[in-house]
Amino acid sequence: MDWLNAIVQGTLLGGLYVLFAAGLSLIFGVMRLVNIAHGDLIVLGAYLGLTVTTTVGLHPLAALVIVVPAMGLIGYALQRGLLNQTLGDDLLPPLLVTFGLSVILQNGLLELYTADPQKMDAGALETASVTVGGLTLGVLPLLTFGFAVAVIWGLQWTFYRTGLGRAFRAVSDNQDIAQLMGLNRRHIFGLAMALALAVTAIAGILLGIRTSFDPSIGGGRLIFGFEAVIIGGLGNLWGTLAGGVILGVAQTLGAKIDPGWQILSGHLAFLIILAIRPNGLFPRIAA
Amino acid sequence: MGTILRLHDLSKAFGAVTVADALSYEVQEGEALGVIGPNGAGKTSMFNLITGTLRPSHGRVEFDGRDVTTMSPARRSHAGIARSFQVPQPFSGMTVFENAMIAATQSAGLYGHHAERFCIEVLDQTELLPKANAQAASLTLLERKRLEMTRALCAKPKLLLLDEIAGGLTEAECSSLVQTIKSIHAGGVTIIWIEHVVHALMAVVERLIVIDFGKKIAEGEARAVMESPEVKEIYLGIEADA
Ligand SMILES: Nc1ncnc2c1ncn2[C@@H]1O[C@H](COP(=O)(O)OP(=O)(O)OP(=O)(O)O)[C@@H](O)[C@H]1O
Ligand SMILES: [Mg+2]
Repeated sequence: MDWLNAIVQGTLLGGLYVLFAAGLSLIFGVMRLVNIAHGDLIVLGAYLGLTVTTTVGLHPLAALVIVVPAMGLIGYALQRGLLNQTLGDDLLPPLLVTFGLSVILQNGLLELYTADPQKMDAGALETASVTVGGLTLGVLPLLTFGFAVAVIWGLQWTFYRTGLGRAFRAVSDNQDIAQLMGLNRRHIFGLAMALALAVTAIAGILLGIRTSFDPSIGGGRLIFGFEAVIIGGLGNLWGTLAGGVILGVAQTLGAKIDPGWQILSGHLAFLIILAIRPNGLFPRIAA
Repeated sequence: MGTILRLHDLSKAFGAVTVADALSYEVQEGEALGVIGPNGAGKTSMFNLITGTLRPSHGRVEFDGRDVTTMSPARRSHAGIARSFQVPQPFSGMTVFENAMIAATQSAGLYGHHAERFCIEVLDQTELLPKANAQAASLTLLERKRLEMTRALCAKPKLLLLDEIAGGLTEAECSSLVQTIKSIHAGGVTIIWIEHVVHALMAVVERLIVIDFGKKIAEGEARAVMESPEVKEIYLGIEADA
Protein backbone atom coordinates (compact mmCIF):
# COMPACT_ATOMS: atom_id res chain seq x y z
CA MET A 1 0.00 0.00 0.00
CA ASP A 2 2.83 2.34 0.89
CA TRP A 3 4.48 1.76 -2.45
CA LEU A 4 1.22 2.14 -4.33
CA ASN A 5 0.68 5.37 -2.46
CA ALA A 6 4.15 6.58 -3.48
CA ILE A 7 3.45 5.76 -7.13
CA VAL A 8 0.09 7.55 -7.11
CA GLN A 9 1.51 10.60 -5.34
CA GLY A 10 4.41 10.58 -7.79
CA THR A 11 2.03 10.48 -10.74
CA LEU A 12 0.19 13.51 -9.39
CA LEU A 13 3.51 15.31 -8.75
CA GLY A 14 4.42 14.45 -12.32
CA GLY A 15 1.43 16.56 -13.41
CA LEU A 16 3.33 19.67 -12.28
CA TYR A 17 6.41 18.59 -14.24
CA VAL A 18 4.26 18.03 -17.30
CA LEU A 19 3.09 21.63 -17.00
CA PHE A 20 6.72 22.78 -16.68
CA ALA A 21 7.59 20.75 -19.76
CA ALA A 22 4.65 21.36 -22.11
CA GLY A 23 5.78 24.83 -23.20
CA LEU A 24 9.34 23.65 -23.79
CA SER A 25 8.11 20.71 -25.82
CA LEU A 26 5.82 22.91 -27.92
CA ILE A 27 8.52 25.49 -28.67
CA PHE A 28 11.12 22.90 -29.52
CA GLY A 29 8.64 21.06 -31.73
CA VAL A 30 7.63 24.12 -33.74
CA MET A 31 10.88 26.07 -34.05
CA ARG A 32 13.71 23.91 -32.61
CA LEU A 33 14.33 26.59 -30.02
CA VAL A 34 15.76 25.53 -26.68
CA ASN A 35 14.54 28.15 -24.27
CA ILE A 36 16.96 28.43 -21.33
CA ALA A 37 14.73 31.11 -19.77
CA HIS A 38 11.74 28.78 -19.60
CA GLY A 39 12.11 28.12 -15.85
CA ASP A 40 12.37 31.83 -15.11
CA LEU A 41 9.27 32.45 -17.22
CA ILE A 42 7.45 29.93 -15.01
CA VAL A 43 8.59 31.94 -11.99
CA LEU A 44 7.48 35.13 -13.73
CA GLY A 45 4.05 33.52 -14.11
CA ALA A 46 4.02 32.79 -10.38
CA TYR A 47 4.93 36.40 -9.51
CA LEU A 48 2.30 37.78 -11.88
CA GLY A 49 -0.18 35.50 -10.13
CA LEU A 50 0.99 36.79 -6.77
CA THR A 51 0.57 40.41 -7.87
CA VAL A 52 -2.92 39.76 -9.19
CA THR A 53 -4.02 37.90 -6.05
CA THR A 54 -2.64 40.52 -3.67
CA THR A 55 -3.70 43.65 -5.55
CA VAL A 56 -7.06 42.53 -6.96
CA GLY A 57 -7.78 40.05 -4.20
CA LEU A 58 -8.60 37.19 -6.54
CA HIS A 59 -8.22 33.52 -5.67
CA PRO A 60 -5.02 32.24 -7.39
CA LEU A 61 -7.03 29.98 -9.70
CA ALA A 62 -9.25 32.89 -10.69
CA ALA A 63 -6.08 34.88 -11.38
CA LEU A 64 -5.43 32.47 -14.25
CA VAL A 65 -8.02 34.42 -16.23
CA ILE A 66 -5.69 37.43 -16.16
CA VAL A 67 -2.24 35.81 -15.99
CA VAL A 68 -2.74 33.30 -18.83
CA PRO A 69 -3.57 35.94 -21.49
CA ALA A 70 -0.95 38.30 -20.04
CA MET A 71 1.77 35.67 -20.40
CA GLY A 72 0.47 34.88 -23.88
CA LEU A 73 0.92 38.52 -24.89
CA ILE A 74 4.38 38.61 -23.34
CA GLY A 75 5.23 35.45 -25.30
CA TYR A 76 4.13 36.91 -28.62
CA ALA A 77 6.02 40.15 -28.01
CA LEU A 78 9.13 38.30 -26.83
CA GLN A 79 9.18 36.09 -29.91
CA ARG A 80 8.57 38.87 -32.42
CA GLY A 81 10.74 41.43 -30.68
CA LEU A 82 13.69 39.28 -29.70
CA LEU A 83 13.76 35.54 -30.29
CA ASN A 84 12.85 35.55 -34.00
CA GLN A 85 16.05 37.49 -34.63
CA THR A 86 18.13 34.69 -33.15
CA LEU A 87 16.72 31.83 -35.21
CA GLY A 88 18.77 30.43 -38.07
CA ASP A 89 21.00 27.52 -38.93
CA ASP A 90 23.22 28.18 -35.93
CA LEU A 91 21.92 26.78 -32.63
CA LEU A 92 24.15 28.95 -30.44
CA PRO A 93 22.52 32.43 -30.73
CA PRO A 94 19.12 31.37 -29.32
CA LEU A 95 20.85 29.53 -26.47
CA LEU A 96 22.94 32.58 -25.59
CA VAL A 97 20.07 35.02 -25.92
CA THR A 98 17.65 32.94 -23.81
CA PHE A 99 20.43 32.45 -21.25
CA GLY A 100 20.80 36.23 -21.13
CA LEU A 101 17.05 36.57 -20.84
CA SER A 102 17.12 34.18 -17.89
CA VAL A 103 19.67 36.36 -16.09
CA ILE A 104 17.66 39.49 -16.83
CA LEU A 105 14.42 37.93 -15.59
CA GLN A 106 16.00 36.70 -12.35
CA ASN A 107 17.54 40.06 -11.57
CA GLY A 108 14.43 41.95 -12.61
CA LEU A 109 12.29 39.83 -10.28
CA LEU A 110 14.85 40.28 -7.53
CA GLU A 111 14.61 44.07 -7.89
CA LEU A 112 10.82 44.08 -7.96
CA TYR A 113 9.95 41.43 -5.41
CA THR A 114 13.19 40.97 -3.35
CA ALA A 115 14.70 37.58 -2.56
CA ASP A 116 12.16 36.77 0.16
CA PRO A 117 10.28 33.54 -0.48
CA GLN A 118 6.66 34.16 -1.47
CA LYS A 119 3.64 31.95 -1.63
CA MET A 120 0.15 32.27 -3.02
CA ASP A 121 -2.72 31.65 -0.65
CA ALA A 122 -5.32 29.31 -2.10
CA GLY A 123 -7.16 28.84 1.20
CA ALA A 124 -8.85 25.52 1.88
CA LEU A 125 -7.80 24.13 -1.51
CA GLU A 126 -4.25 23.70 -0.23
CA THR A 127 -5.16 21.20 2.45
CA ALA A 128 -8.32 19.61 1.02
CA SER A 129 -8.09 15.92 0.26
CA VAL A 130 -10.22 13.00 -0.84
CA THR A 131 -9.88 9.35 0.06
CA VAL A 132 -10.01 6.88 -2.80
CA GLY A 133 -9.64 3.16 -2.11
CA GLY A 134 -7.68 3.77 1.05
CA LEU A 135 -5.39 6.37 -0.51
CA THR A 136 -5.53 9.97 0.60
CA LEU A 137 -5.14 12.28 -2.39
CA GLY A 138 -4.67 16.03 -2.16
CA VAL A 139 -7.23 18.00 -4.16
CA LEU A 140 -4.53 20.42 -5.34
CA PRO A 141 -2.28 17.66 -6.78
CA LEU A 142 -5.35 16.08 -8.38
CA LEU A 143 -6.31 19.41 -9.89
CA THR A 144 -2.74 19.93 -11.11
CA PHE A 145 -2.73 16.55 -12.78
CA GLY A 146 -6.10 17.32 -14.34
CA PHE A 147 -4.68 20.58 -15.72
CA ALA A 148 -1.68 18.70 -17.08
CA VAL A 149 -3.80 16.16 -18.97
CA ALA A 150 -6.12 18.89 -20.22
CA VAL A 151 -3.19 21.02 -21.42
CA ILE A 152 -1.54 18.14 -23.27
CA TRP A 153 -4.86 17.08 -24.78
CA GLY A 154 -5.62 20.69 -25.76
CA LEU A 155 -2.22 21.19 -27.39
CA GLN A 156 -2.50 17.87 -29.19
CA TRP A 157 -5.95 18.83 -30.45
CA THR A 158 -4.67 22.24 -31.58
CA PHE A 159 -1.79 20.61 -33.43
CA TYR A 160 -3.76 18.00 -35.30
CA ARG A 161 -7.28 19.40 -35.59
CA THR A 162 -6.98 23.12 -36.26
CA GLY A 163 -5.67 25.39 -38.99
CA LEU A 164 -3.25 26.97 -36.54
CA GLY A 165 -1.84 23.54 -35.68
CA ARG A 166 -1.49 22.74 -39.38
CA ALA A 167 0.49 25.95 -39.77
CA PHE A 168 2.66 25.01 -36.74
CA ARG A 169 3.40 21.63 -38.30
CA ALA A 170 4.10 23.13 -41.72
CA VAL A 171 6.71 25.60 -40.44
CA SER A 172 8.14 22.89 -38.23
CA ASP A 173 8.44 20.60 -41.26
CA ASN A 174 9.98 23.08 -43.69
CA GLN A 175 10.10 26.81 -42.99
CA ASP A 176 11.16 27.82 -46.48
CA ILE A 177 8.39 25.95 -48.24
CA ALA A 178 5.88 27.16 -45.67
CA GLN A 179 6.80 30.75 -46.51
CA LEU A 180 6.33 30.08 -50.20
CA MET A 181 2.83 28.88 -49.30
CA GLY A 182 2.12 32.28 -47.80
CA LEU A 183 2.86 31.51 -44.14
CA ASN A 184 4.54 34.26 -42.17
CA ARG A 185 6.84 32.21 -39.98
CA ARG A 186 7.59 35.13 -37.65
CA HIS A 187 3.90 35.44 -36.83
CA ILE A 188 3.45 31.66 -36.49
CA PHE A 189 6.44 31.46 -34.15
CA GLY A 190 4.98 34.36 -32.16
CA LEU A 191 1.70 32.45 -31.77
CA ALA A 192 3.57 29.31 -30.72
CA MET A 193 5.45 31.22 -28.02
CA ALA A 194 2.20 32.87 -26.90
CA LEU A 195 0.63 29.44 -26.48
CA ALA A 196 3.71 28.10 -24.69
CA LEU A 197 3.77 30.96 -22.21
CA ALA A 198 0.02 30.69 -21.64
CA VAL A 199 0.70 27.14 -20.48
CA THR A 200 3.68 28.39 -18.49
CA ALA A 201 1.32 30.75 -16.64
CA ILE A 202 -0.74 27.76 -15.47
CA ALA A 203 2.47 26.02 -14.37
CA GLY A 204 3.65 29.11 -12.49
CA ILE A 205 0.43 29.62 -10.60
CA LEU A 206 0.09 25.98 -9.58
CA LEU A 207 3.74 26.01 -8.51
CA GLY A 208 3.15 29.15 -6.45
CA ILE A 209 0.17 27.61 -4.67
CA ARG A 210 2.02 24.37 -3.96
CA THR A 211 5.31 25.70 -2.65
CA SER A 212 7.05 28.93 -1.77
CA PHE A 213 9.09 30.50 -4.52
CA ASP A 214 11.75 33.14 -4.99
CA PRO A 215 13.44 34.62 -8.09
CA SER A 216 16.24 32.04 -8.08
CA ILE A 217 14.26 28.81 -8.50
CA GLY A 218 13.75 28.98 -12.29
CA GLY A 219 16.79 26.90 -13.11
CA GLY A 220 15.53 23.89 -11.17
CA ARG A 221 12.10 24.06 -12.86
CA LEU A 222 13.84 24.24 -16.24
CA ILE A 223 15.77 21.03 -15.46
CA PHE A 224 12.61 19.15 -14.44
CA GLY A 225 10.86 20.35 -17.57
CA PHE A 226 13.78 19.34 -19.77
CA GLU A 227 13.99 15.92 -18.20
CA ALA A 228 10.29 15.31 -18.73
CA VAL A 229 10.51 16.39 -22.40
CA ILE A 230 13.56 14.26 -23.09
CA ILE A 231 12.31 11.17 -21.26
CA GLY A 232 9.11 11.34 -23.30
CA GLY A 233 10.88 11.93 -26.61
CA LEU A 234 11.30 15.18 -28.53
CA GLY A 235 8.31 16.53 -30.38
CA ASN A 236 5.77 14.17 -28.81
CA LEU A 237 3.27 15.85 -26.49
CA TRP A 238 1.79 12.64 -25.08
CA GLY A 239 5.39 11.51 -24.56
CA THR A 240 5.95 14.66 -22.50
CA LEU A 241 2.99 13.66 -20.31
CA ALA A 242 4.54 10.22 -19.80
CA GLY A 243 7.95 11.81 -19.15
CA GLY A 244 6.60 14.10 -16.43
CA VAL A 245 4.81 11.22 -14.73
CA ILE A 246 7.91 8.99 -14.85
CA LEU A 247 10.00 11.78 -13.33
CA GLY A 248 7.46 12.38 -10.58
CA VAL A 249 7.14 8.68 -9.74
CA ALA A 250 10.93 8.21 -9.70
CA GLN A 251 11.20 11.09 -7.23
CA THR A 252 8.55 9.86 -4.82
CA LEU A 253 9.90 6.31 -4.93
CA GLY A 254 13.39 7.63 -4.20
CA ALA A 255 12.04 9.72 -1.35
CA LYS A 256 10.32 6.64 0.03
CA ILE A 257 13.67 4.86 0.31
CA ASP A 258 15.37 7.90 1.80
CA PRO A 259 13.82 11.39 1.95
CA GLY A 260 17.13 12.91 0.83
CA TRP A 261 17.05 10.93 -2.41
CA GLN A 262 13.99 12.53 -3.98
CA ILE A 263 15.68 14.86 -6.48
CA LEU A 264 18.64 12.54 -7.03
CA SER A 265 16.49 9.55 -7.97
CA GLY A 266 14.59 11.68 -10.51
CA HIS A 267 17.88 12.59 -12.19
CA LEU A 268 19.02 8.96 -12.03
CA ALA A 269 15.84 7.75 -13.73
CA PHE A 270 16.43 10.39 -16.40
CA LEU A 271 20.03 9.25 -16.96
CA ILE A 272 19.09 5.57 -17.08
CA ILE A 273 16.36 6.18 -19.66
CA LEU A 274 18.70 8.36 -21.69
CA ALA A 275 21.38 5.65 -21.61
CA ILE A 276 18.95 2.97 -22.80
CA ARG A 277 16.99 5.13 -25.24
CA PRO A 278 19.00 8.19 -26.26
CA ASN A 279 16.02 9.65 -28.15
CA GLY A 280 13.64 9.22 -25.24
CA LEU A 281 10.77 6.78 -25.01
CA PHE A 282 8.48 8.03 -27.77
CA PRO A 283 10.44 10.34 -30.10
CA ARG A 284 8.71 12.04 -33.05
CA ILE A 285 11.64 14.10 -34.22
CA ALA A 286 14.86 12.36 -35.21
CA ALA A 287 17.71 13.69 -33.10
CA MET B 1 -4.35 40.45 -72.06
CA GLY B 2 -1.65 42.36 -70.22
CA THR B 3 1.84 41.52 -69.15
CA ILE B 4 1.74 39.48 -65.94
CA LEU B 5 5.46 39.08 -65.33
CA ARG B 6 8.37 41.24 -66.36
CA LEU B 7 11.97 40.45 -65.49
CA HIS B 8 14.11 43.49 -66.06
CA ASP B 9 17.89 43.17 -66.29
CA LEU B 10 18.14 40.60 -63.45
CA SER B 11 21.61 39.59 -62.32
CA LYS B 12 22.77 37.26 -59.59
CA ALA B 13 25.96 35.29 -58.96
CA PHE B 14 27.13 32.82 -56.32
CA GLY B 15 30.83 33.59 -56.21
CA ALA B 16 32.14 32.70 -59.64
CA VAL B 17 28.89 31.00 -60.71
CA THR B 18 26.58 33.36 -62.56
CA VAL B 19 22.96 32.20 -62.32
CA ALA B 20 21.34 35.28 -63.84
CA ASP B 21 23.09 37.60 -66.24
CA ALA B 22 21.16 40.70 -67.28
CA LEU B 23 18.10 38.51 -67.73
CA SER B 24 15.04 40.23 -69.19
CA TYR B 25 11.80 38.88 -70.61
CA GLU B 26 8.06 39.29 -70.33
CA VAL B 27 5.23 36.82 -69.90
CA GLN B 28 1.72 37.64 -71.07
CA GLU B 29 -1.38 36.77 -69.08
CA GLY B 30 -2.72 33.35 -70.02
CA GLU B 31 0.46 32.35 -71.83
CA ALA B 32 2.42 29.12 -71.42
CA LEU B 33 6.15 29.76 -71.64
CA GLY B 34 8.74 26.98 -71.77
CA VAL B 35 12.28 27.32 -70.42
CA ILE B 36 15.13 25.10 -71.48
CA GLY B 37 18.88 25.15 -70.92
CA PRO B 38 21.72 22.90 -69.84
CA ASN B 39 22.19 21.66 -66.26
CA GLY B 40 23.37 24.42 -63.97
CA ALA B 41 22.31 27.14 -66.41
CA GLY B 42 20.37 28.99 -63.70
CA LYS B 43 16.80 27.94 -64.52
CA THR B 44 15.81 26.97 -60.97
CA SER B 45 17.61 30.07 -59.71
CA MET B 46 15.43 32.13 -62.04
CA PHE B 47 12.35 30.66 -60.30
CA ASN B 48 13.92 31.48 -56.93
CA LEU B 49 14.30 35.07 -58.11
CA ILE B 50 10.67 35.19 -59.20
CA THR B 51 9.30 33.69 -55.95
CA GLY B 52 11.59 35.77 -53.76
CA THR B 53 13.69 33.06 -52.10
CA LEU B 54 16.62 34.62 -53.94
CA ARG B 55 17.24 38.37 -54.19
CA PRO B 56 18.88 39.70 -57.34
CA SER B 57 22.04 41.76 -57.00
CA HIS B 58 20.75 43.90 -59.82
CA GLY B 59 17.49 44.36 -61.72
CA ARG B 60 13.74 44.21 -61.08
CA VAL B 61 10.92 41.70 -60.94
CA GLU B 62 7.48 43.08 -61.78
CA PHE B 63 4.40 40.97 -61.22
CA ASP B 64 0.83 41.91 -62.06
CA GLY B 65 1.79 45.55 -62.54
CA ARG B 66 3.75 45.85 -59.29
CA ASP B 67 7.46 45.90 -58.51
CA VAL B 68 7.87 42.89 -56.22
CA THR B 69 11.69 42.81 -56.16
CA THR B 70 11.90 43.40 -52.40
CA MET B 71 8.69 41.58 -51.46
CA SER B 72 8.92 38.50 -49.20
CA PRO B 73 8.13 35.03 -50.60
CA ALA B 74 4.99 34.88 -48.43
CA ARG B 75 3.64 38.14 -49.86
CA ARG B 76 4.47 37.13 -53.42
CA SER B 77 2.54 33.95 -52.78
CA HIS B 78 -0.45 36.01 -51.64
CA ALA B 79 -0.05 38.11 -54.77
CA GLY B 80 -0.50 35.00 -56.93
CA ILE B 81 2.85 33.33 -57.63
CA ALA B 82 3.09 29.59 -56.93
CA ARG B 83 5.68 27.01 -57.86
CA SER B 84 6.48 23.33 -57.88
CA PHE B 85 9.93 22.06 -56.96
CA GLN B 86 12.28 20.08 -59.16
CA VAL B 87 12.91 17.79 -56.18
CA PRO B 88 9.46 17.43 -54.56
CA GLN B 89 9.39 19.00 -51.12
CA PRO B 90 6.10 18.08 -49.46
CA PHE B 91 5.43 18.67 -45.76
CA SER B 92 6.27 15.04 -45.23
CA GLY B 93 4.78 14.64 -41.76
CA MET B 94 1.38 15.79 -43.01
CA THR B 95 -1.26 14.17 -45.18
CA VAL B 96 -1.77 15.04 -48.84
CA PHE B 97 -4.97 16.86 -47.91
CA GLU B 98 -3.26 18.86 -45.16
CA ASN B 99 -0.51 19.82 -47.60
CA ALA B 100 -3.17 21.13 -49.96
CA MET B 101 -5.01 22.92 -47.14
CA ILE B 102 -1.89 24.87 -46.14
CA ALA B 103 -1.76 26.42 -49.60
CA ALA B 104 -5.52 26.96 -49.81
CA THR B 105 -5.82 28.64 -46.41
CA GLN B 106 -2.52 30.47 -46.13
CA SER B 107 -1.85 31.47 -49.71
CA ALA B 108 -5.27 31.62 -51.34
CA GLY B 109 -6.84 32.88 -48.10
CA LEU B 110 -9.79 30.46 -48.16
CA TYR B 111 -11.56 29.40 -44.98
CA GLY B 112 -13.23 26.31 -43.55
CA HIS B 113 -15.52 24.42 -45.91
CA HIS B 114 -14.65 26.64 -48.87
CA ALA B 115 -11.00 25.70 -48.46
CA GLU B 116 -11.82 22.01 -48.05
CA ARG B 117 -14.10 21.90 -51.06
CA PHE B 118 -11.55 23.73 -53.19
CA CYS B 119 -8.77 21.32 -52.16
CA ILE B 120 -10.96 18.37 -53.06
CA GLU B 121 -11.63 19.87 -56.51
CA VAL B 122 -7.92 20.40 -57.13
CA LEU B 123 -7.02 16.93 -55.84
CA ASP B 124 -9.58 15.54 -58.23
CA GLN B 125 -8.05 17.47 -61.12
CA THR B 126 -4.52 16.34 -60.25
CA GLU B 127 -5.76 12.76 -59.69
CA LEU B 128 -4.56 12.59 -56.10
CA LEU B 129 -7.97 12.40 -54.47
CA PRO B 130 -7.68 8.67 -53.68
CA LYS B 131 -4.49 9.52 -51.77
CA ALA B 132 -5.92 12.48 -49.87
CA ASN B 133 -5.43 10.93 -46.45
CA ALA B 134 -2.05 9.33 -47.13
CA GLN B 135 1.03 10.71 -45.43
CA ALA B 136 3.00 12.76 -47.96
CA ALA B 137 6.14 10.81 -47.03
CA SER B 138 4.54 7.60 -48.33
CA LEU B 139 3.94 8.83 -51.90
CA THR B 140 5.63 7.57 -55.07
CA LEU B 141 7.61 9.95 -57.26
CA LEU B 142 4.70 10.59 -59.64
CA GLU B 143 2.39 11.20 -56.70
CA ARG B 144 4.90 13.59 -55.15
CA LYS B 145 5.10 15.51 -58.41
CA ARG B 146 1.32 15.63 -58.48
CA LEU B 147 1.33 16.86 -54.90
CA GLU B 148 3.75 19.62 -55.89
CA MET B 149 1.27 20.67 -58.55
CA THR B 150 -1.71 20.29 -56.21
CA ARG B 151 -0.18 22.54 -53.60
CA ALA B 152 0.73 25.13 -56.20
CA LEU B 153 -2.80 25.08 -57.63
CA CYS B 154 -4.43 25.26 -54.20
CA ALA B 155 -2.71 28.63 -53.82
CA LYS B 156 -5.03 29.84 -56.65
CA PRO B 157 -2.07 31.21 -58.59
CA LYS B 158 -2.18 33.72 -61.40
CA LEU B 159 1.29 32.51 -62.35
CA LEU B 160 2.25 28.84 -62.00
CA LEU B 161 5.95 27.93 -62.09
CA LEU B 162 6.70 24.28 -62.89
CA ASP B 163 10.26 23.07 -62.37
CA GLU B 164 11.05 19.84 -64.27
CA ILE B 165 7.80 18.30 -63.20
CA ALA B 166 8.04 15.62 -65.90
CA GLY B 167 11.58 14.56 -65.03
CA GLY B 168 12.04 10.96 -63.89
CA LEU B 169 8.57 9.81 -64.94
CA THR B 170 7.72 6.94 -67.28
CA GLU B 171 6.29 7.73 -70.70
CA ALA B 172 2.73 6.92 -69.57
CA GLU B 173 3.04 8.94 -66.38
CA CYS B 174 4.47 11.80 -68.36
CA SER B 175 1.64 11.94 -70.87
CA SER B 176 -1.02 11.84 -68.15
CA LEU B 177 0.79 14.72 -66.44
CA VAL B 178 0.85 16.65 -69.72
CA GLN B 179 -2.94 16.26 -69.95
CA THR B 180 -3.32 17.68 -66.46
CA ILE B 181 -1.08 20.65 -67.24
CA LYS B 182 -2.99 21.31 -70.46
CA SER B 183 -6.27 21.40 -68.56
CA ILE B 184 -4.79 23.79 -65.98
CA HIS B 185 -3.56 26.05 -68.76
CA ALA B 186 -6.93 25.87 -70.48
CA GLY B 187 -8.41 27.10 -67.18
CA GLY B 188 -6.60 30.40 -67.71
CA VAL B 189 -3.52 30.02 -65.48
CA THR B 190 -0.31 31.54 -66.82
CA ILE B 191 2.47 28.95 -66.79
CA ILE B 192 6.25 29.05 -66.94
CA TRP B 193 7.57 25.53 -67.30
CA ILE B 194 11.23 24.51 -67.01
CA GLU B 195 11.66 21.10 -68.59
CA HIS B 196 14.34 18.81 -69.98
CA VAL B 197 11.71 16.43 -71.37
CA VAL B 198 11.29 18.54 -74.48
CA HIS B 199 8.48 16.62 -76.15
CA ALA B 200 6.30 17.06 -73.05
CA LEU B 201 7.08 20.74 -73.02
CA MET B 202 6.35 21.17 -76.71
CA ALA B 203 2.90 19.65 -76.21
CA VAL B 204 1.91 22.56 -73.97
CA VAL B 205 3.95 25.73 -74.49
CA GLU B 206 3.61 28.23 -77.31
CA ARG B 207 6.79 30.14 -76.66
CA LEU B 208 10.25 29.10 -75.49
CA ILE B 209 13.26 30.80 -73.97
CA VAL B 210 16.71 29.25 -73.72
CA ILE B 211 19.06 30.01 -70.83
CA ASP B 212 22.75 29.28 -70.56
CA PHE B 213 25.11 30.61 -67.88
CA GLY B 214 22.26 32.76 -66.60
CA LYS B 215 21.90 34.47 -69.97
CA LYS B 216 18.90 34.36 -72.28
CA ILE B 217 20.40 33.08 -75.51
CA ALA B 218 17.22 32.50 -77.54
CA GLU B 219 13.53 33.38 -77.34
CA GLY B 220 10.59 32.92 -79.66
CA GLU B 221 7.95 30.60 -81.05
CA ALA B 222 8.64 27.16 -79.60
CA ARG B 223 9.35 25.21 -82.77
CA ALA B 224 11.45 27.94 -84.33
CA VAL B 225 13.57 28.14 -81.17
CA MET B 226 14.10 24.38 -81.12
CA GLU B 227 15.31 24.57 -84.72
CA SER B 228 17.69 27.47 -84.05
CA PRO B 229 21.45 26.90 -84.26
CA GLU B 230 22.02 28.09 -80.64
CA VAL B 231 19.76 25.38 -79.29
CA LYS B 232 21.09 22.71 -81.63
CA GLU B 233 24.56 23.49 -80.38
CA ILE B 234 23.61 23.14 -76.71
CA TYR B 235 21.36 20.17 -77.19
CA LEU B 236 23.61 18.46 -79.71
CA GLY B 237 22.59 14.84 -79.62
CA ILE B 238 20.07 15.40 -76.82
CA GLU B 239 16.38 15.18 -77.60
CA ALA B 240 17.16 15.86 -81.28
CA ASP B 241 13.84 14.25 -82.20
CA ALA B 242 11.78 16.85 -80.35
N1 LIG C 1 22.30 28.77 -53.02
C1 LIG C 1 23.31 28.53 -53.86
N2 LIG C 1 24.59 28.75 -53.46
C2 LIG C 1 25.61 28.51 -54.30
N3 LIG C 1 25.48 28.05 -55.55
C3 LIG C 1 24.23 27.83 -56.01
C4 LIG C 1 23.09 28.06 -55.18
N4 LIG C 1 21.98 27.74 -55.89
C5 LIG C 1 22.42 27.34 -57.09
N5 LIG C 1 23.77 27.39 -57.18
C6 LIG C 1 24.58 27.06 -58.34
O1 LIG C 1 24.11 27.83 -59.40
C7 LIG C 1 24.12 27.10 -60.62
C8 LIG C 1 22.75 27.13 -61.25
O2 LIG C 1 21.87 26.36 -60.46
P1 LIG C 1 20.35 26.14 -60.87
O3 LIG C 1 19.78 25.20 -59.89
O4 LIG C 1 19.68 27.43 -61.04
O5 LIG C 1 20.51 25.43 -62.28
P2 LIG C 1 19.42 24.77 -63.21
O6 LIG C 1 19.48 25.48 -64.51
O7 LIG C 1 18.11 24.70 -62.54
O8 LIG C 1 20.04 23.31 -63.38
P3 LIG C 1 19.31 21.89 -63.51
O9 LIG C 1 18.88 21.74 -64.92
O10 LIG C 1 20.41 20.93 -63.16
O11 LIG C 1 18.20 21.87 -62.55
C9 LIG C 1 24.60 25.71 -60.27
O12 LIG C 1 25.98 25.62 -60.57
C10 LIG C 1 24.39 25.62 -58.79
O13 LIG C 1 25.35 24.77 -58.19
MG1 LIG D 1 16.93 23.24 -61.81
